Amino acid sequence: MNEMTTIARTTTLKDWETDQEVRWCPGCGDYAILKAVQRTMPEIGTAPENTVFISGIGCSSRFPYYMETYGFHTIHGRAPAFATGLKLANPGLDIWIVTGDGDGLSIGGNHTMHLIRRNLDCQIMLFNNEIYGLTKGQYSPTSRVGTTSPSTPYGSVDRPAQPAAFALGAGARFVARGFDVSKELPNVLKAAHAHKGAAFIEIFQNCIVYNKDVFEDFAAPKGAEDRQLWLKQGEPMLYAKGTKGIALDAEALHLKTVDVVDGDWEAAGVIVHDVTNRSVAHMLVEMRFGEFPMALGVLYDDPRPTFEADVVRQNKAAAEGKKADLQGLLKKGQTWTVTEGGPEL
Amino acid sequence: MATAVADEAGKRQSPLSDAVVVRFAGDSGDGMQLTGGQFTLSSALAGNDFATFPDFPAEIRAPQGTLFGVSAFQINFGSSAIDTAGDAPDVLVAMNPAALKTNVPQLKQGGLIIADEGEFNDRNLAKAKYDANPLDDGSLAKWQLLKLNISQLTMDAVKPFGLGNKEALRCKNMWTLGLSLWMFDRDRQPLIDWLNAKFAKDPNLAAANVAALNAGHAYGETAELAGPLKQHHVDPAPVAPGLYRTLTGAEGIALGLVAGAQLAKLPMFFGGYPITPASAILHHLSRLKEYDVTTFQAEDEIAAICSAIGASYGGSLGVTSSSGPGIALKGEAMGLAIMTELPLVIVNSQRGGPSTGLPTKTEQSDLYQAVYGRNGDAPMPVIAARSPGDAFECAIEAVRIAVQYMTPVMLLTDGYIANAAEPWAVPDLTAYEAFPVEFLTEVPEGGFKPYGRDEKLARPWVKPGTPGLLHRIGGIEKEVDTGHINYAPGNHQTMTDIRKAKVDGVKVPDQVVELGAEGGKLAVVGWGSTFGPIHQAVRRQRAQGADVSHIHIRHIWPLPANLGQLLKSYDKVIVPEMNTGQLKTVLRDQYLVDAKPVNKVSGQPFTIAEIEAAIEDALP
Repeated sequence: MNEMTTIARTTTLKDWETDQEVRWCPGCGDYAILKAVQRTMPEIGTAPENTVFISGIGCSSRFPYYMETYGFHTIHGRAPAFATGLKLANPGLDIWIVTGDGDGLSIGGNHTMHLIRRNLDCQIMLFNNEIYGLTKGQYSPTSRVGTTSPSTPYGSVDRPAQPAAFALGAGARFVARGFDVSKELPNVLKAAHAHKGAAFIEIFQNCIVYNKDVFEDFAAPKGAEDRQLWLKQGEPMLYAKGTKGIALDAEALHLKTVDVVDGDWEAAGVIVHDVTNRSVAHMLVEMRFGEFPMALGVLYDDPRPTFEADVVRQNKAAAEGKKADLQGLLKKGQTWTVTEGGPEL
Repeated sequence: MATAVADEAGKRQSPLSDAVVVRFAGDSGDGMQLTGGQFTLSSALAGNDFATFPDFPAEIRAPQGTLFGVSAFQINFGSSAIDTAGDAPDVLVAMNPAALKTNVPQLKQGGLIIADEGEFNDRNLAKAKYDANPLDDGSLAKWQLLKLNISQLTMDAVKPFGLGNKEALRCKNMWTLGLSLWMFDRDRQPLIDWLNAKFAKDPNLAAANVAALNAGHAYGETAELAGPLKQHHVDPAPVAPGLYRTLTGAEGIALGLVAGAQLAKLPMFFGGYPITPASAILHHLSRLKEYDVTTFQAEDEIAAICSAIGASYGGSLGVTSSSGPGIALKGEAMGLAIMTELPLVIVNSQRGGPSTGLPTKTEQSDLYQAVYGRNGDAPMPVIAARSPGDAFECAIEAVRIAVQYMTPVMLLTDGYIANAAEPWAVPDLTAYEAFPVEFLTEVPEGGFKPYGRDEKLARPWVKPGTPGLLHRIGGIEKEVDTGHINYAPGNHQTMTDIRKAKVDGVKVPDQVVELGAEGGKLAVVGWGSTFGPIHQAVRRQRAQGADVSHIHIRHIWPLPANLGQLLKSYDKVIVPEMNTGQLKTVLRDQYLVDAKPVNKVSGQPFTIAEIEAAIEDALP
């Protein structure tokens, strides 16, 4: 999000669709995410020509081909590096990075970390399906322990990475969660776009071929209210139709679930969500599903100066009052003149 | 060196006895590179032509006194054209036993050793693995030996300034420099001015260094030396009038890239990651913000090139730079730049390999990597610089090809060129023809084709942000014209052919013969930093009547159109390279010529004598 993209522009969903045939497996969660993004863009009011989708490699990384914007389908794991160069070359562009759990956290984990640390102004959508889809079903860095796959026939033994915790640990100033078919996803995307700086969004995505319904435990519509905690700025952390909430166990210094009787959440000690509270954000990203509901929505949002703004500022300051006189530069340093009479300083 | 003097062979026939080679060697903490650098400046001011060879260890501060911690700086200066840093030194300044041991074998027979005997104590002798003191046991008999207690003489000279022991001893290099200036009849004043400027914040330290410099000079002037020390005046070399400066290869590349970007009328984006010996380019460029240069120190080599490609996509001139191991990491991204047909300059400052290899030593062993080292049929232009001054020209050429043909270009230099200095006649920038880039900004007649092509087969360059020209690019095979994903067999064949034809069609100047004639008994074909020793060796052999010519290739890929015919006009072709025969293989493959390899992979440049021997072997 930046000055140029705030130029109002009226578009419709159709304006954001390309003429390319979408090639994901029928029923893939990626379709729902694509629609959510295409639906969100007109609401953001940005211009398609000023928007760039950059991806790495994987199922999710085909995304740019389906957006009627500028798009760059790059190489495995490196989308953040391309985005960094592009944004520094033209800070006015609105850049969206599309990556997956393998692309963004395995082969490209290093770049994801540094992009977030530097706080480049962009949106990072990490589609987490806990599996390698495009290479036909191997376990991924977010797969749960025991995942059987072609490369782990006896079950995976390594513990999974937690994308939101990883992002926050890398210094993220915006961390959000959503899932493919959620009606709330456009709101999460809008919040991410409104945040100036690196906005990290973990989007749980159903791979119907290799890891079907792995998120059903919290994403299934039936009983969702008992298993999803949608965080809203300034509102108490309530779920299960307001009968349960999240509170702080002040003695043990961790979160706990509490019962809310007669709607009196204050008496139950339920925390009011403050998106700028980094300590609480650290606890929210670590909140284990099962014992707790799945924390969704904007977990943390507290902007600070962006990388490209600081680079531009420093470049300007360093160039201040200096003339770009290359001929003069060539003559700089230890020079001497050779005349017919010989050299002199 | 190759720039200052007119290049006609006739002017360069003067005997070589009027050139002197001095090698300063000491512990890596002794300031030998600084001593050498300042001696170089004084040579320039004396009007000598020169070439230098800094030779230092990979360790930043190797344990004191050890053999692997020796740092040396060699300069060859004289009153005739100088092409190399010299084969065998005439004078060796050895600041400790380890410096003597590692450097004395190269010293010319009868050459002069100046040794700091104050450092030849039992401890240092043991570290250098000497059983007996070589200054006393007669083992240096074939050279002239001058033993001076430089440590003590320096301590005495700086005593009035009340420095600590360690700081006082640090002035040793200035004492040595003072003595060297006297030996070659040099003016001290520029050095004194330089010291006062360098230590402006600490006038006492400046004064101590000046005192050490003066004391060394006075020692030469007044000491009644029975031995070999005598003043030696080297006359100025005849150079064309004009403004000169010293230039290292890293400076040449950095300035050439800036000049290239200006000629293309583009902002420059440089993505780099620190690596020896390429980092100096990043350091130079990071101080040039007023030239519309953005530098980015990325998290790794891959991010460095990917960010540069991202910037090129955005309409900047993307540049990245590294050395062999880093270039290996960038390979996949180079393929993407080839596939998406975006301009990019990749500078490879080659060093000894494979793997980590010899980080601070020079080699030319990345030619295969540059020409062939990517997955798929991935053609890319490759240019090689022969000297620091030539690096400036080659950088401009690399930028020109990259933006005119929409392609990544690799520019090869090496550790020797990167660090070595030579006098450089400052060019007049108005003499260079501009090649301003024209971005596509609106739909052309017949519709917008992201992979449509001009007569050079280059596709249009469109900046994101341009209305009406929205499109997607990526690494998957592109459909002809539209750039859409296309896996069809015929399309891949066509696109592969187009990518090859585009690079094959890059216009490069015809190959010239540097020295000698077109056709004859023997051609010595080189590329890159071997220019100096090949040129001198061929000149010497021709002076003795040998039918031998020197050909030096700048455009490694595509090769000059006339090269095949030219090579076939000689009875024999030899190819000296600091690798096991890489250009040789390319020439054999391209032209079916019986090119014979002459190889050296010791981390040291060729000597003139080695090339002369190869010429003598090749000629019946």
